[in-house]
Amino acid sequence: MSAETSSSSAIGDVEGVSLFDVDHPAPVIEPPRKRTDKTPKGSRTNFEMYAWLFMRLSGIVLVVLVIGHLLIQLVLDGGVSKIGFAFVAGRWASPFWQVWDLAMLWLAMLHGANGLRTVINDYAERDNTRFWLKMLLYTATVFTVLLGTLVIFTFDPNIR
Amino acid sequence: MATPTLEKTGNAEAGFADTPYITATFRIRRFNPEVSDEAQWQDFQISIDPKERVLDALHKIKWELDGTLTFRRSCAHGICGSDAMRINGKNRLACKTLIKDINPEKPILVEAIKGLTVLKDLVVDMDPFFQAYRDVMPFLVTKGNEPTRERLQSPEDRERFDDTTKCILCAACTSSCPVFWNDGQYFGPAAIVNAHRFIFDSRDEGGEQRLEILNDRDGVWRCRTTFNCTDACPRGIEVTKAIQEVKRALITRRF
Repeated sequence: MSAETSSSSAIGDVEGVSLFDVDHPAPVIEPPRKRTDKTPKGSRTNFEMYAWLFMRLSGIVLVVLVIGHLLIQLVLDGGVSKIGFAFVAGRWASPFWQVWDLAMLWLAMLHGANGLRTVINDYAERDNTRFWLKMLLYTATVFTVLLGTLVIFTFDPNIR
Repeated sequence: MATPTLEKTGNAEAGFADTPYITATFRIRRFNPEVSDEAQWQDFQISIDPKERVLDALHKIKWELDGTLTFRRSCAHGICGSDAMRINGKNRLACKTLIKDINPEKPILVEAIKGLTVLKDLVVDMDPFFQAYRDVMPFLVTKGNEPTRERLQSPEDRERFDDTTKCILCAACTSSCPVFWNDGQYFGPAAIVNAHRFIFDSRDEGGEQRLEILNDRDGVWRCRTTFNCTDACPRGIEVTKAIQEVKRALITRRF
């Protein structure tokens, strides 16, 4: 039962002896993380549902916030050339724009972080890789959100 | 079947107009772990009536050209769901796909469905697929004593889940899902369809448990609504719609 006798088969008819035969089959390619009867049962939390809902709701709010932001910053009243320290200071003197920017910061950061979490869950195959990528993501998100919040609330227009 | 085939091929040389037969090329993804660790494409040229199905062509190849070609088929009439395969890049049943519908002018690509271990040629390991099916409890769950006669149901109640009763578990939907390709832990469309069939059945009382299972990390929330499953389903089930209905049931249950 060597490879030579099965010459009718079109595959594996290369010169020399094949590495594989009936008793030594080649390894098959397993799909990533396949489901078995040992797959752990659920955690019974609603986290995934809230994450899914948050993506939809924050997305709707962000459309308004971001398009408004882009209009004000880039289109209306002279466009991008007007932006300077004085422009930002003038806007953040009003609590309305503070809340606007704060909401945009939090929603955009959490929306993006949750999206990236989904991407990592989908594409990182090994448990360790997944864990550390997510830790990196969460660290970066918390850092950016806290730093941004700090700046919005402690901004001093009289800084020299 | 063999005799008329031979007669007709004889006619093809004499007069071209009076024969329905054409020469089609089937490019099949072959893999045999007992010969090589790599899969490769192999071309087969056969003379066949374009009104026949891809499965007939595979039979012709297996019976007349290369007996080592391996694929699954049982009923061969679109009921058993054994012969789901990737034909010209789309998941279909070989027994429901006519050759004339998939442009036989060009080579017809036939390969195993994706996301499951290929064992040989077009045969894949279906165990992970059926494991996901078992994990959603696809059976009637009731409380209390068994009734002495049938469990009756109004036509409206039956209509509610009619679409998802059509599933034949061929795995065309699950193996067309990009989320399933990347993470086999995801339940996949077929399991969710079969959970839907019981969740929305008025006679069943295990809906809450099934919703709880599908509420999890690997449940319906991983669905990206790419509609690959709806496109792939050979029974025309609106798979993505069924998944969305389970999502809606979960949300309305909480709020």
